[in-house]
Amino acid sequence: MTPAIELRGVTKRFLTPSGGVYTALRDLNLTVQPGEFCAVVGPTGCGKSTTLALISGLEPASEGEVLVLGKPVHGIAEDIGYVFQTDAVFPWKTVLDNVAAGPRYHGRTTGQARSMAREWISRVGLSGFEDRYPYQLSGGMRKRVALAQSLINEPQILLMDEPFSALDVQTRALMENELLSLWANTRASVVFVTHDLEEAIALADRVFVISAGPGTVKANYPVPLSRPRNVTEIRMQPQFSQIYGEIWNDLRDEVLVSYERQKLSGAA
Amino acid sequence: MSVRNLAARLEVTAPSSAPGNPAPITDLSALRIRARRRRQLNIYGLRVLVAVLVLGSWELTTRIGIVDQFFFGQPSGIARQLWIWITEETALGPLWQQVLVTMEETVLGFIVGTVLGVVIGVLLGRNRLLADVFSIYIKAANAIPRVVLGALFAISLGLDIRSKVATAAILVFFVVFFNAFQGVREVERNLIANARILGADDRRLTTEVIIPSALSWIIASLHISFGLALVGAVVGELFGATQGTPSRAWSSEPCLRSRSDWTFAPRLRPRPSSSSSSFSSTRSRACARWNATSSPTHASWARTIGG
Repeated sequence: MTPAIELRGVTKRFLTPSGGVYTALRDLNLTVQPGEFCAVVGPTGCGKSTTLALISGLEPASEGEVLVLGKPVHGIAEDIGYVFQTDAVFPWKTVLDNVAAGPRYHGRTTGQARSMAREWISRVGLSGFEDRYPYQLSGGMRKRVALAQSLINEPQILLMDEPFSALDVQTRALMENELLSLWANTRASVVFVTHDLEEAIALADRVFVISAGPGTVKANYPVPLSRPRNVTEIRMQPQFSQIYGEIWNDLRDEVLVSYERQKLSGAA
Repeated sequence: MSVRNLAARLEVTAPSSAPGNPAPITDLSALRIRARRRRQLNIYGLRVLVAVLVLGSWELTTRIGIVDQFFFGQPSGIARQLWIWITEETALGPLWQQVLVTMEETVLGFIVGTVLGVVIGVLLGRNRLLADVFSIYIKAANAIPRVVLGALFAISLGLDIRSKVATAAILVFFVVFFNAFQGVREVERNLIANARILGADDRRLTTEVIIPSALSWIIASLHISFGLALVGAVVGELFGATQGTPSRAWSSEPCLRSRSDWTFAPRLRPRPSSSSSSFSSTRSRACARWNATSSPTHASWARTIGG
């Protein structure tokens, strides 16, 4: 079976404004199977978001191969959804038109796109808010719009960059459960970037730990917890704490390395 | 809603108006509306007061002679002159016609400048190479005191409406251009990335993300640029006037200069003089008249100052 996403020996370097070279990722290998929900955890600045940018085609890799659905990535890949960390819904469009944007860009008429959008708006629980503008919604509701906006294109790959990090704890748990039930119906492959290990374990089938920058995959852990899951209840299970303990052992070292470096660069 | 609820509750709990006591406040929202109206009236009153104070002290100081009436005019004189122009007509025809001509020039210049500014601003904002190549020239052009270009336009485009529209348009263009350009540059990266992932091609990206996003910048610039369009139109008219064209301001110079200038500058409107037909080429005509008429203007100034 061809993996949904495959990164082989990927290195990504950026030119810094001062003319230097910054290596964000080094020799990164990562494979996601079709329908698999993967979480990527790592300390701040380890290149988690860069990984998503490479998979989506927003950024080209400096070295190595990025394959999505078996094909090398050149430019924006088809069949991809991306939920951004900060708000990326269009502030001048209503909820309805925001969600309808994807189908319209893919050549549907406005009428068709809107009726599809209505369907997805009700699926993410925003019926009745079609005519609102993003600024009239709460943070959680805006995330729902972003989810519907991405999922309406029925992507086979869904990339999520710390999508819920700005939400309060209760809303966050709600949104995580919502995401799991939406995902259960689509069975897309998901790469979910987060700094929150608990969130990663509660959601994912597999957790990748990225080392302190330049990022590379330090280890990957399967999460054999049964589905369907409830993210609040699953944290009570003994197996959850056991997995958490294992992964945290790995992650802690990287977090400390990253912290020490920040202190040094702060002192310098 | 909550105010009304509160009011309803107040009505229930308030003691039924005891004899001698004023009636209880039963409707807070009515009270609030009344307070707002009172404030509004106060503001109107104060505004009128400011106008009365300024105009009154102007009138008074010119009458007493602290301020020279000759240079600064007098509100009453201005009003009288304006009334004459409205009821009879100006030396150039009815007043409204003069105003209309200036407005036409202003609006046309505004439209031309805005369209050019937005189109070129978006184009350069979207295309890095074009921006890098042209930025130096645009900065250089921006450094020219553009009002001076009005003279150039008057010479090259003639004394009709085109030179005024061009002057207005070039004043508008730079303001709108820089705002549109910056607006395009400042579009949030996330929004662009999101639209591209959702499947937007370059054209959609421009029309559906870049332009709407830059619109707040562009609209902010339109506010200023309409005023500039008016400046451009009037300056264009003034340049037309210095070239020997009779206009209200310059023709009234020796006698009523200050008063009529104060009255309403935008009325100024050039009209080609009949003597222009005696020159063969436009350029030599314009240059000749430029030289010929700059001296009377100076002369009249000298007279004014001397007197």
